[in-house]
Amino acid sequence: MPAIDATGPTRAMQPPVIHQGVVGWLRASLFSSPLNILLTVLVGWLLLMIVPALIDWLFIKSDFNATTAKECRASGGACWAFIAEKHRFILFGIYPYDEQWRPLLAMIILIAVLAISAMRRFWRPILGLIWLLALTAVAVLMWGGVLGLSHVENSHWGGLPLTLILATFGIALAFPFGLVLALGRRSNLPAVRTICIVYIELIRGVPLISLLFMSSVMLPLFLPEGFTLDKLLRAQIAIILFAAAYIAETVRGGLQAIPAGQYEGADSLGLSYWQTMRKIILPQALTVVIPPLVSVFIGLFKDTSLVVIIGIFDLTQTAKTAVADAAWRGFSAEAYLFIAFIYFIFCYSISRYSQALEKRLERGHRQ
Amino acid sequence: MKSPASSSSRKGWQLSWHDPTVRSVIYQILIVGLVGLGIWYLVSNTLHNLSMRNIKTGFGFLHQEAGFAIGESSIEYRPADSYGRAILVGLINTLRVSVIGIIAATLFGTILGVARLSHNWLVSRVASVYIEVMRNIPLLLQLFFWYAIITENMPGPRQAHHPFPGVFISNRGLKIPAVQGDALDWMLAAAGVAIVLILLIAHWARRRQEATGRQFPLVRAGLALLVGLPLLALWSSGASLSLELPALKGFNFVGGLTLSPEFAALLLGLIVYTSAFIAEVVRSGIQAVGKGQWEAAQAIGLPRSRVLRLVILPQSLRVIIPPMTSQYLNLTKNSSLAVAIGYPDVVSVVNTTLNQTGQAIEGIIIIMAAYLTVSLSISVFMNWYNKRIALVER
Repeated sequence: MPAIDATGPTRAMQPPVIHQGVVGWLRASLFSSPLNILLTVLVGWLLLMIVPALIDWLFIKSDFNATTAKECRASGGACWAFIAEKHRFILFGIYPYDEQWRPLLAMIILIAVLAISAMRRFWRPILGLIWLLALTAVAVLMWGGVLGLSHVENSHWGGLPLTLILATFGIALAFPFGLVLALGRRSNLPAVRTICIVYIELIRGVPLISLLFMSSVMLPLFLPEGFTLDKLLRAQIAIILFAAAYIAETVRGGLQAIPAGQYEGADSLGLSYWQTMRKIILPQALTVVIPPLVSVFIGLFKDTSLVVIIGIFDLTQTAKTAVADAAWRGFSAEAYLFIAFIYFIFCYSISRYSQALEKRLERGHRQ
Repeated sequence: MKSPASSSSRKGWQLSWHDPTVRSVIYQILIVGLVGLGIWYLVSNTLHNLSMRNIKTGFGFLHQEAGFAIGESSIEYRPADSYGRAILVGLINTLRVSVIGIIAATLFGTILGVARLSHNWLVSRVASVYIEVMRNIPLLLQLFFWYAIITENMPGPRQAHHPFPGVFISNRGLKIPAVQGDALDWMLAAAGVAIVLILLIAHWARRRQEATGRQFPLVRAGLALLVGLPLLALWSSGASLSLELPALKGFNFVGGLTLSPEFAALLLGLIVYTSAFIAEVVRSGIQAVGKGQWEAAQAIGLPRSRVLRLVILPQSLRVIIPPMTSQYLNLTKNSSLAVAIGYPDVVSVVNTTLNQTGQAIEGIIIIMAAYLTVSLSISVFMNWYNKRIALVER
C-alpha cells in the first residue's frame, strides 16, 4: 500500500493549458477539426465583409438631423432623419395629429393587457373581465364621441395601434370560436364533426389574402341590402375567421394529448358533456397548448400586415405611404428597417416568453 | 364514450329525451338546420344583391378576351387571349415560384438547421441570429424590402453590378447566362435515364446488402452516372451546345435568362423567410433523436457523417416530415403575397380579372379552388412519403 501523504488533501491535476481557458474554448468551439477551421474562416470572412459595412451604413455615415432629402443623400449612409421626420405618421397614420395621445394610450393599454395575460398569477377568470374592460377602453379611446373626446372615424385609424388592435381583437374573438370548432371536430356527432372539419380544412387550405379579398368584395354581397360594414371591420372579420381555424387545430392537439382515462373518469362520475369539458378536459388541454397558441398569436401578429393589400392603414401601409412621399424619395430601406425592428421587438419578445413558459410548464408536468 | 347507447335499439322505438341516441340526432338536426339556414340566408342575399346590380353569375366570362398584358409568362400569352388562359398563366407562375422556392428553402433551411446545432460556436451563433431575425419579421415586409432594394438601390442596366462573367444585377432584375443548343434535349434525356438507373441500382444494392451484408458505394456511383451519362450524350450526339451570355445593347440587356425584379424579390423573400422555419423544423427533428442514439453509433466506431446519415436522419425524418409538409404548404400559400409587389401569380391575375369583369364570387372561387388543389396534392404526396418512411420502423 502506498503511503498516504498526511500533509494535506491532494490537489487534482490540472488539464493541459490548451484544453482550458480562452485557448481551450477557442480550440473546442472554433478550431476542433479541419472542417471546423474551414467553416470558422469562411463564416468569419463573410462577417468581416458584411458587419463593418453595415455598421458604417447604419450608424457611422448615417444622418440623423438633415432637413432635406438631398442633404441626407449626400451623407452616403442611412437617412435616419427621414424616420425622425415621418415617425409620427408611420406610427399613427392619419389619426388627427393633436389627438394622437389617444392611440398612444390605447396602445399602452393593449400592451399592458398582453403583459398581464403573460403572468401566471393572473390566469384566473378575472382575466376575462380585465380583457373586456381593456378592449372597451381601447374602443372608447380610438373612436371617441363620448367623455368629451372628439369622434374619429375608423378610416382615420392607422399605424402601430391599428396593427395591435387587429391582432389582439383578432385573437381575443377568434379564441372562443376556435375552441368551439376544436370541440366540434372531436365531437361524437358525425354531422357536427363534418361541418367543423370542412370549415377548418377549407380555411387552412387557402391563403389569408383570398379571405381578405373575400371580405372586401364578397362580404358586401352576402349582407342584406342597405346594410354595410366598413372596411376595417370586414378585414377584422376575415382575420378572426382565419385565426379561428388555426387555433382550432392547436387546441385539438391539446385535446388529443389528454389520456382517454380522463374522459372515462369524468363519465363514470356522471358528468355531462359540458361539465366534463369545462371541469376536466379543457383546463388540462389548454395548459398544454399555451406555447403553441402563443406561436399562433405571433403568426397572426405578422399576418395582420397583409391588410395592406386591401388598403388598410396598418403599420406596413403607413411605412409604404411615407416612402412614396415625393419630397423624400429613395429611403425605403430605412423605413422598412424601422418597422421591421418594431415587428421584431414584439414577435421576438413574445416568442422568448413562449419558450420560457414551455420550459416552466414542462417542469410542472414532470413533478 | 364511443357508443353509449347501442342498447337502446333493443328496447324498441321509444322516443325519450333521456335516450342519448335520440338526443344526439336532435342536436345534429338542430345544428345542421341552423348552419343550413345561415348559408341559405347568405346565398339568398347574394343572389338578390347580384340581380340588383345586374351581374350575371357563371364561369362564361372565362372565354372572353382578357385585354390586359402579363409581365412574365412561361407559356405564350397575348392580351387578345381569354381570361381562362390569363388565369392559367397566373397559375403556372404560382407553381413556378413555389416549386423553386420549396427546393431552395429546403436545401438552405436544412443547412441552417444543422448549422445551428454545430459545435462550431461562430457557425451556430450566426445561424441562430439569422433564424430569429427572419422568423420574426412579416414576410410581406421582407418582400417590400427586397423589392425596394432591387428597384431603388440597384444601379441601372448601364452601371449594373457584374460579380461574375455573364451575371448582371441591375434594377431591371437579375440576368444570368442561358444554355442553348440541340444537345440540351439529349443531355436531359440522358439525365432521365441516369435517374432511372440510379433508382434500379439503389433497389438492387439494398437487396444485396440485406442478403449478403456487402455495401455498394451508391452515392459515388450515382454521382458518376448523373454526371457521366449526360456528358457521354453530349459527346456522342455531336450536337451543338452554347452558353448565351447576356450583353448590354443600348439601354437594356439582350440574351440570357432574366429574373424580373418582382420574381427575384418574391423568390428571395420566400426562401429567406421559409428557410428560417425549415431550419427550426430540421433542428427539432435532429434533437428529437435521443442522445443515446448518437453515443451508441459513435461507440461502434462510425464517423460523425455516417452517424448522421445512417442512424440519426432515418429516425428524425419521421419527426420532420409532418411539420415540413406544413412549411411547404405555407410557402405555396405565401406565394400569393406576390400580388403586393406585382408579380403576376394566380391571385394577382384573378384580381385584375375580377376588377375588369366584376365576377367577384367566381374569381374568389377560382383562387380558393386553385390553392385547395395545390394544398391537397402536396399533403397527399407528403402523407404518402410519410407512410413510406414510417414503414421502415418495425
